[in-house]
Amino acid sequence: MDPKLLVTIILYGPLLGAVVAGLFGRRIGAVASMAITTGLLMLSAVLSWMVFAEWTWGGLEPFTETYAPFIQVGKFVSNWSFRLDGLSAVMLVVVTTVSSLVHLYSWGYMAEDDGKARFFAYLSLFTFAMLSLISAADFMQLFFGWEGVGLASYLLIGFWHHKATANAAAIKAFVVNRVGDFGFALGIMTVFWAFGSIQFAQIFPQVAAHAGDTWMFAGEGWGLVDLACTLLFVGAMGKSAQFFLHTWLPDAMEGPTPVSALIHAATMVTAGVYMVCLLSPMFEYAPVAKHIVVAIGAVTALFAATVGMVQNDIKRVIAYSTCSQLGYMFMAAGVGAYQASMFHLFTHAFFKALLFLGAGSVIHAMAHEQDMRRYGNLAKYLPVTFAVMVIGTIAITGLGIPGLDLGFAGFYSKDSIIHAGYEAGVAGDPMGYFAWVIGVFVAGLTAFYSWRLAFFTFNGHARWTSEDLQHHWHNRDHARDDQHADDHASEAQIETHSEPGDGEHVSLPHESPWTMRLPLILLSIGAIAAGFAFAEKFVGAEHVEFWRGAIFTAASNHVLVGREPPEWIVLAPLTVSVLGLLIAAYVYLMREGLGARLAANRGPVYLFFYNKWFVDEFYDATFVRAARWLGDLFWKGGDQRLIDGLGPDGVSAVSMKVGQGAGRLQSGFLYHYAFVMLLGVAAILSYALWAWNA
Amino acid sequence: MTIGLAHYLAVAAILFTIGVFGIFVNRKNIIIILMSIELILLAVNINLVAFSAYLGNVTGQIFAMFVLTVAAAEAAVGLAILVAFFRNRGDIAVDDASMMKG
Repeated sequence: MDPKLLVTIILYGPLLGAVVAGLFGRRIGAVASMAITTGLLMLSAVLSWMVFAEWTWGGLEPFTETYAPFIQVGKFVSNWSFRLDGLSAVMLVVVTTVSSLVHLYSWGYMAEDDGKARFFAYLSLFTFAMLSLISAADFMQLFFGWEGVGLASYLLIGFWHHKATANAAAIKAFVVNRVGDFGFALGIMTVFWAFGSIQFAQIFPQVAAHAGDTWMFAGEGWGLVDLACTLLFVGAMGKSAQFFLHTWLPDAMEGPTPVSALIHAATMVTAGVYMVCLLSPMFEYAPVAKHIVVAIGAVTALFAATVGMVQNDIKRVIAYSTCSQLGYMFMAAGVGAYQASMFHLFTHAFFKALLFLGAGSVIHAMAHEQDMRRYGNLAKYLPVTFAVMVIGTIAITGLGIPGLDLGFAGFYSKDSIIHAGYEAGVAGDPMGYFAWVIGVFVAGLTAFYSWRLAFFTFNGHARWTSEDLQHHWHNRDHARDDQHADDHASEAQIETHSEPGDGEHVSLPHESPWTMRLPLILLSIGAIAAGFAFAEKFVGAEHVEFWRGAIFTAASNHVLVGREPPEWIVLAPLTVSVLGLLIAAYVYLMREGLGARLAANRGPVYLFFYNKWFVDEFYDATFVRAARWLGDLFWKGGDQRLIDGLGPDGVSAVSMKVGQGAGRLQSGFLYHYAFVMLLGVAAILSYALWAWNA
Repeated sequence: MTIGLAHYLAVAAILFTIGVFGIFVNRKNIIIILMSIELILLAVNINLVAFSAYLGNVTGQIFAMFVLTVAAAEAAVGLAILVAFFRNRGDIAVDDASMMKG
């Protein structure tokens, strides 16, 4: 089939699903809405794989299909279009695959929710926005998709809008992203001002000619390209939850777990990485911006990994893990290994979505308990979930056999990032060594927190009782009862649930339905094979042929095609990963309870990590307080006192006073009137006499 | 001591002042207001007559007759209003008569 037709269906199918489910969901019912959105997403996913296969093995040439004009003002020309090249082909399969599996998974996970049509409409809307982001041929459509996914993220984080914490998290995500988007918008303006166009195809050839230009910005002389790239990277920091703008991501876990898997692990948060790779022709001429990217990425990777080690909420651990892995991707992009960055994005999407959906399966089984301290010994009850979580954990920690070059997904992608850092260091970039050291160290931390999660949840002694679960189910039935007061069937259920002594009705965690297990199994195939199958194409010998110009590497950039690194460099990440695994096994398996005792000590390091480096507290003390103070000043001082005081309130108060005074004159007593009359006569006479005499 | 124009005017002024004060210092009785009005009119009459005699012009005295007529009519109408007022309210105290406002 014509690839232009295929990509059109891929892009607009989810939009159609979102419109149908969103506008007519009430009329056609929940099941029909779910079926339409999921079906269209499945179609998109299949077609995406066809396009991807055509790209990888069929020699499809890059093209840009233009549908309609968007904004055309002078030289500022933006079109609705679809740009297909190596990068967007990769992102197509990532987005549509994870999205369609998440749609399917949500059939099971959201089965008891009343807002299913709305939920699926939001999911499809998100997918459309994400697809228009990755297929943009100019900055304006990129920005449209960028804001569209932000909107969908806001809607989905706050999906359970009766929860105050979910609303607060949604607003926080939106506001923090505004900070990043401000930088992004400034970056677009800089690009337009400097190059006179926002079309990628027109900008990229001009970059080399402008590489030496300097601009004044915020009182500093900047390289033009450096400035544009740094501002654009601020946008990427917001969207990809990098250090300073990361605070929204852990809070975003308030949303339903499928949302976390789709938006906050696999797709939306990788938009920043994607943008940096897409703009590689610019970043290659921006050495300062690249150093900033490496520094921020490395700090984020370290920060998030240290925090993730001590969190107790299963979803928060995975959220910090995501944050940390995004840091890896930025490190790779910053040292010039965009291919490795995209490769890690690709594999990460599979194993991180897998981990999130596996965590969702656990949460589902444990009646929405998310605290790992109340898990334990679940492997026995959730064998499928346990198996896929172990696969995901192996994939993220990057275990493999270096001699045979065989391993799970992370083994290829993460190691290629770490090697790229080393190569950049050897090539004379000190930030390369920095990235390498941080990368290896964080690989150890990653192994520790990932295995900690697995052991803590699935092994050891059960730290829950069936009464806990019964209690949860009981409450839940009650909640449902309130909604359907006349539903006698659930009344009967409560009867059986509320007798803990009855041995036949002991509640045990149960494996999820097939709609949830199937996505897990499919994703675990990706987590196992994505690295093995595509390493050669993405970062290996065939990478030039695979990307076909989508990624630009400057002539001096050899991080990917460097010499064979020394043996100990190859073994280092694997060694620290195994070390992390062993420590986690010692703390959480062999000496079970040691972790809890260490946490109970509340040492300074533990508290520092547990409180997330106090970043939230710092922001609260500075920006939040300052904003609140400023708001109070304008509200109470400016609006209430000044504008209202002099305006409406003041006028009404003066009229009241004048009226009251005038009212007192009209006493109703005859002699008052007479007296005033007399005074008037006297005054007129006096005036008349004075005037006539004069 | 001969009685001159100034003396007449002084008496008239005193009467006028008493009348004015009688109107708005009095808080008890509406009849006193009517009487005070009479006093004021009489003060004016004294002035008219005094000037008439002083100037040898009879117009002032004729004018005084008119004033007396008007005063009589005014007293009649005022007392009639007073009677009606008393019938309605059962009382003619000035302090209670504060209905003359919008």
